[in-house]
Amino acid sequence: MNTQVKSETLSTDRTMPPEHSLRSSVALLLSRQAPLLTLLSFLLAWEFGCRLGAVPEYLLPAPSVILAAFTDVEAVRWLGHLWSTLRVALLGFLISIAVSLPLAVGMVRSRYLSRTLYPALVVIQSTPIVAVAPLIIVILGTGDAPRILITCLISFFPIVVAATTGMMSTPPELIELSRSLKARPSREIWQIRLPYAVPHLFSGFKVAITLSIIGAVVAEFVAAEQGLGYFVQFSTSYFKIPQAFAGLFFLSAVSLVLFKLVQFVQKRLFPWSLSEPKQH
Amino acid sequence: MKPYVSFEQISQVFSRPDGSSLMALKDVSFDIGRHEFVAVVGPSGCGKSTLLRLLSGLLRPTRGQVTLFGQPVTEPRDEVGIVFQKPTLLPWLNALENVVFPVRHKTGRVSRADYERARELIEMVGLGDFCDRMPGELSGGMQQRLGIARALLLDPEVLLMDEPFSALDALSREEMGFELLRIWNERPKTVLFITHSITEAVLLSDRVLVMSERPGTLVENIEIDLPRPRTAASIQEERFHEYSSQIRDLIYRPHYAA
Ligand SMILES: Nc1ncnc2c1ncn2[C@@H]1O[C@H](COP(=O)(O)OP(=O)(O)OP(=O)(O)O)[C@@H](O)[C@H]1O
Ligand SMILES: [Mg+2]
Repeated sequence: MNTQVKSETLSTDRTMPPEHSLRSSVALLLSRQAPLLTLLSFLLAWEFGCRLGAVPEYLLPAPSVILAAFTDVEAVRWLGHLWSTLRVALLGFLISIAVSLPLAVGMVRSRYLSRTLYPALVVIQSTPIVAVAPLIIVILGTGDAPRILITCLISFFPIVVAATTGMMSTPPELIELSRSLKARPSREIWQIRLPYAVPHLFSGFKVAITLSIIGAVVAEFVAAEQGLGYFVQFSTSYFKIPQAFAGLFFLSAVSLVLFKLVQFVQKRLFPWSLSEPKQH
Repeated sequence: MKPYVSFEQISQVFSRPDGSSLMALKDVSFDIGRHEFVAVVGPSGCGKSTLLRLLSGLLRPTRGQVTLFGQPVTEPRDEVGIVFQKPTLLPWLNALENVVFPVRHKTGRVSRADYERARELIEMVGLGDFCDRMPGELSGGMQQRLGIARALLLDPEVLLMDEPFSALDALSREEMGFELLRIWNERPKTVLFITHSITEAVLLSDRVLVMSERPGTLVENIEIDLPRPRTAASIQEERFHEYSSQIRDLIYRPHYAA
């Protein structure tokens, strides 16, 4: 049975006559748009499920209701909330990078540092940030600073890990080449180890940028009067469930766009890092 | 007069992570003359790469002394170039930049003359048209040629090659061997060539050093008296087979040799 199916697909593949080209181009279109189609059918199922089952709005609003709630809020208000969240998330992300890279370089360069710092970083990472966030706000007040700090605490770890593993995965031959040339240690970092870490770094960045959004939202949950996280919390506490869902979807969309942006930057600046050659 | 390169009663002991120690080389002594091509063969783990790292100055011997130009080797020197088993090019630099990399890495800047030289070397290894290709676009053989060009950039007197062709298929491997001999002929150098292939060792070198299993000792030192230039026809010669089977016997039945 199985073999029969296999041989059939094989023979159609091999001949590929013109009358099949329409069918195959439809198939191609389908496979290209698969994520979009899946999303659409999911939304449709949701919509009809809500309508047929007469699910109350405060439990699970239908997509159409959420969309209406979204357009009910003026664009300026959305932008205000967006800017507030984005500012904190992006600044937190950038500061995370600025802190993580020197830390990683230090840990790669010095065994002493890696032995003392790594456990400390793991402790910070494994502390539930949601529990610490109120403390940070109490200590640092309610400005942007404590929120950015919370964001950093949540997003720096994947970058440190990515940078150190990336730099440690440099082929030992290249390190020996560097040593045989008696090059300055700083050049070993800049010209060999850091570039080698670029593919790893960007995987770390992708995780970290979505964590930054989470960090910003957590900070808004604790204390804020602006921001998408604040908006969701505020809407929920007033039982404006469709509005809360609208805020939630907006947040996911922002996360997704930032993730894609990181991908785009990698593709633009480091195209070689996407197609890993076989040599390592 | 002191020999050009000499290993004097070298022993190398490594400490393992668990605290025990491991003797990689035991009492190894040999000399290499100027512009001589010497191959080293031996079972895996017998310390061939260790020999090479000792001569490159990346490793200090536990006992004994390695000398180069009559002076003890205490640190890496510019006169020594290394070709690794894997080409290990930098994937973010094109072929030309990869070949000038040693200068950039050592001094921080690259002069026009350096680029000129790199281009000549790339031409010499037969990749003149590929200067601005990225390593990912090149075959394994092409990458290894660039690795050789990179090792030649600082015009080393001594070329150390650690199984440089072992990642290649049999055909390109043979081709690269002849290519290497041509380069060696054009710019005579002292070569220490490590290989797993007995055929390759006999075909390329003036002398083959045969090593025993760990702890690595020198079992035999065989002069290869075959006319140069060596060609594919050299492999057909009777003496070629005699040398090969002699070495094979030494490697597979080391107790007869001792
Ligand atoms: N830095 C090191 N620390 C500990 N042990 C080492 C070190 N370098 C080499 N060794 C050990 O010394 C022995 C010889 O190693 P070496 O790499 O010289 O062998 P080799 O002859 O080149 O082997 P192969 O043919 O597999 O490349 C091996 O058993 C290896 O595990
Ligand atoms: Mg080796």
